Amino acid sequence: MTISGVALLAICTLLGAVLGDLLGLGLGVKANVGGVGLAMIFLIAGRTMLVRRGLLNEGVKLGVGFWGAMYIPIVVAMAANQNVVASVASGPMVVFAAAATVVICFAAVAVISRLSGRVETMDEIEAREGTLTPKVALQDGLGSVVR
Amino acid sequence: MILASISHALEVNALLTAFGFVGLVMWLSAALSKYLTMGRVHGSAIAIMIGLGLAFWGGIVTGGKSGLSDIPMLSGIGLMGGGMLRDFAIVATAFEVDVEKAKRAGLIGALALVLGTILPFIAGALIAHAYGYVDAVSMTTIGAGAVTYIVGPVTGAAVGASSPVIALSIATGVLKAVLVMIGTPFVARMIGLNNPRSAMVFGGLMGTVSGVSAGLAATDRRLVPYGALTATFHTGFGCLVAPSILYLIVRMIVAS
Repeated sequence: MTISGVALLAICTLLGAVLGDLLGLGLGVKANVGGVGLAMIFLIAGRTMLVRRGLLNEGVKLGVGFWGAMYIPIVVAMAANQNVVASVASGPMVVFAAAATVVICFAAVAVISRLSGRVETMDEIEAREGTLTPKVALQDGLGSVVR
Repeated sequence: MILASISHALEVNALLTAFGFVGLVMWLSAALSKYLTMGRVHGSAIAIMIGLGLAFWGGIVTGGKSGLSDIPMLSGIGLMGGGMLRDFAIVATAFEVDVEKAKRAGLIGALALVLGTILPFIAGALIAHAYGYVDAVSMTTIGAGAVTYIVGPVTGAAVGASSPVIALSIATGVLKAVLVMIGTPFVARMIGLNNPRSAMVFGGLMGTVSGVSAGLAATDRRLVPYGALTATFHTGFGCLVAPSILYLIVRMIVAS
């Protein structure tokens, strides 16, 4: 049933919200501490359990999947609700923060990739797999490496 | 009279009006992405920027504080983009996460994920501080926005940030995603982005699935699944640690 998916999602979200509030109380912070993240963990655990018992049917998938697919439109609505007029003055900060973050993260990618030593490039993998299984590589370059 | 009955119907069915309106924005963004940027900038990023732009317009027109939803006919936007449905939809995205696949990313993927959350957070929080947002709540929210445009508002709502600060965190995250989409092909060679492992590191570090997939697609299509694999966990991980551990750390530092 579709409603079981929606209900599962609702219960996980509510559990996360309650637990996040309780954590906040326990830590003496006036905040919901990690509620959304906890709810996600519950949902992943719930999914794993359903898969194991063979109960993950199309209805459940549809009930959760619909809301997952709605998340970008909902984020757009959320953005349209904010008090942007009051924050425009800090526009330069946004540009600076975003640019700095991207530069730092690009640099970190370079460092980690170098640290981990030399690995086969995509072209080399394809060339190797191409000699082993020429048909697969020819048919679909993506499929042959995802496998 | 016809106009009056139309606006009556739209106001009474506010949430449906919001669905229709946001749908139009999404459709327009997809078209802009395809024809104006040749698919370089993902439609979702354009849609969020249009959302912020409309919130600005709504604020100017009505003089209110809730952006577009202060316009009576569009009050449903407030419900659609409010905390309840937002958390509901964001949690739902975790359903796609496959634990077995996560193991493939391995230790290096996990390391990238942790760094990809902490480094942007520190950068964002420090820059926020430099611009006068010196309280722990604002620093945490803007720092979280530098992680992704989802982690920012989720964290902001959780720790009780003000709407202008949440708007800044969304804008930071969206701009970051756009810069990743556009910048990746140019730096790909420099940062060694030519193999599955560096693509997974890249996905974990840069975050935002839309930014990572669009950026990798423009670099080398074959790398997309590897980058998306680690990027999928980025938002969940950020929503877990930003309003908890990271917020507590910022609070401790700012208070002392």
